Amino acid sequence: MKTRVWKFGDDVDTDQIIPAEYLTTGDAKELATHAFAKSRPEFARKVKEGDVVVAGENFGCGSSREHAPRALLGAGVSCVVAKSFARIFFRNAINIGLPLVEADLCESVDEGDEVEMNFEAGVVRNLTKGEECKFKPLPEFMQRLLEWGGLVPYIKSGGGEKDKERK
Amino acid sequence: MATIAEKILGKEVGEIVECEVDYVMVNDITGVPAFEVLEELFEVLEELAEGREAGGREAGGRETGGGETGGGETGGGETGVGIKREKVVVVQDHYVPSKDVASAEQAKALRDYARKYGIANYYEVGKEGSGICHQVMIEEGFAAPGRLIIGADSHTCSYGALGAFSTGVGSTEAAAAMATGRLWFKVPATQKFVVDGELARFVGGKDIILHILGEIGVSGSLYKSQEFYGTTIKNLCLSDRITISNMAVEAGAKAGIVPPDEKVFEFLQGRVRGDYKPVYADAVGDESDYEAVFEYDAAEIVPTVAKPFSPANTVPASELDVPVDQAYLGSCTNGRIEDFRVAAAILRGRKVSQEVRMIVVPASKRVFEQALDEGLIKIFLAAGAFVCGPTCGACLGGYLGVLASGEKCVSTTNRNFVGRMGHKDSEVYLANPAVVAASAVRGRITDPAEIAKMTKTKV
Ligand code: SF4
Repeated sequence: MKTRVWKFGDDVDTDQIIPAEYLTTGDAKELATHAFAKSRPEFARKVKEGDVVVAGENFGCGSSREHAPRALLGAGVSCVVAKSFARIFFRNAINIGLPLVEADLCESVDEGDEVEMNFEAGVVRNLTKGEECKFKPLPEFMQRLLEWGGLVPYIKSGGGEKDKERK
Repeated sequence: MATIAEKILGKEVGEIVECEVDYVMVNDITGVPAFEVLEELFEVLEELAEGREAGGREAGGRETGGGETGGGETGGGETGVGIKREKVVVVQDHYVPSKDVASAEQAKALRDYARKYGIANYYEVGKEGSGICHQVMIEEGFAAPGRLIIGADSHTCSYGALGAFSTGVGSTEAAAAMATGRLWFKVPATQKFVVDGELARFVGGKDIILHILGEIGVSGSLYKSQEFYGTTIKNLCLSDRITISNMAVEAGAKAGIVPPDEKVFEFLQGRVRGDYKPVYADAVGDESDYEAVFEYDAAEIVPTVAKPFSPANTVPASELDVPVDQAYLGSCTNGRIEDFRVAAAILRGRKVSQEVRMIVVPASKRVFEQALDEGLIKIFLAAGAFVCGPTCGACLGGYLGVLASGEKCVSTTNRNFVGRMGHKDSEVYLANPAVVAASAVRGRITDPAEIAKMTKTKV
């Protein structure tokens, strides 16, 4: 899938992703309308299904609110690529089925670039610039969670028992 | 040879282990989504439970760390599927008393879930034991040495000050733990922080952790556990240690642990639920277990302020001369009686500047009561501060002290991200209670030593 890049810097905290005043719902779609309300007000209006968020170090630091990855998922974000992730955000995202990639793209990618993600091969192709960047795929267990769409659907699937059937 | 984190989790660094947790805490923001996920899980767990009875499940790395939750009944059906209600703690704190209709609906939904699942450990506005979730977990005897506690709030790491391994999780994981009593963890590497020497007057736990943050940065402990040692830490009161553990997560840490001592045992006497067993690192003198060791001289730590927009953006308070519109004393970081005493000592007989709104929010009902008994609330009121009951409120930009554009607040809280306490163009300066009180008086960020010099009144 070809997608557009939204670029952010280091230490993007969960207060930025979804400010606290909107935490009176857990609904992903509703949260999505307030994603980056303070730091990038145009984000919620302009983000398109499948877009990719690219950031630097420590993405998702701060509050443990699962509302943050939920808001991104609700906004249609297909993946967050960051140099590193804050621990709780990382677990939350995988648990709700938001794919994450640990790779340093900040230098090579510009806002609005078109990219193509290949999770299995661990390659990001920058179609705008005609470049490629490799990344280490997530541990298998996490990839499986993501394939199922998160922890709840995974457990529903029989905790991986039915993995083989699915493939 | 192992660190406290490794010993509590029962495995070696890097290994993934599924552990029995002692408690799972949720609050009014994270609780409702957690219960929603829990109900989704129930359907499937029923089916799975039948399969598991036959096969059994591999045991994790630890038994529970005492407490009364070991054999906690589930209240489920025949398959044993149901909430592990003894392990669940539900606290209304972030947006209560409700600030608007949406938050009222949320609080009501949480109240209904707590009722539906018969959660005895439920803390409601104004009732005995109520307050900010982390203070409740500590005061009410849930947090104790050697325990493994998770909470759907990032500052769950606060209980490390009592020698627990405690860490923040999301709502989905909280739900999984509510249903199964267990959760998977990756055993983190541990960093050792040693602080030796005597702290100067007006310097406390907040300054130690801000000082450390200033050096290692907001991702300095990413995925790691921190352990704190040294004479300075030993001499700190428990409240100041809680401040340090509370902010471990601001460096990205999974936990921030202080080896438990007499101060902790004394605090827990008559308070703790069930038994507990202190856990210590093997061979404390041997540093090969630690990924890194950081050493600090207490004498070099001064009243410290973290400027916007990062808790690691630190400078000595004496180097700042920033006018403030608001001074905030409260939160799970510095809303305890010890913090109130420090601030009251400065505010006694003084007035909050005409240019400043000072807001004082105790971390719990108990802190409030004690502050009343000790006459501290009177001092705050006489100084011209606004005082109200415990709530997270303004700390997360919720209500009761939200900042307008361009406004600046000096605050005893733990985060100063963009828009954390209100408008995106407002600013938060993190500091200890003495700095906040002194700044409230002068109307500008002030080293408390300045105030002490300015008048003859004894501080
Ligand atoms: S007081 Fe602030 S930091 Fe502490 S739990 Fe409440 S919102 Fe979070």
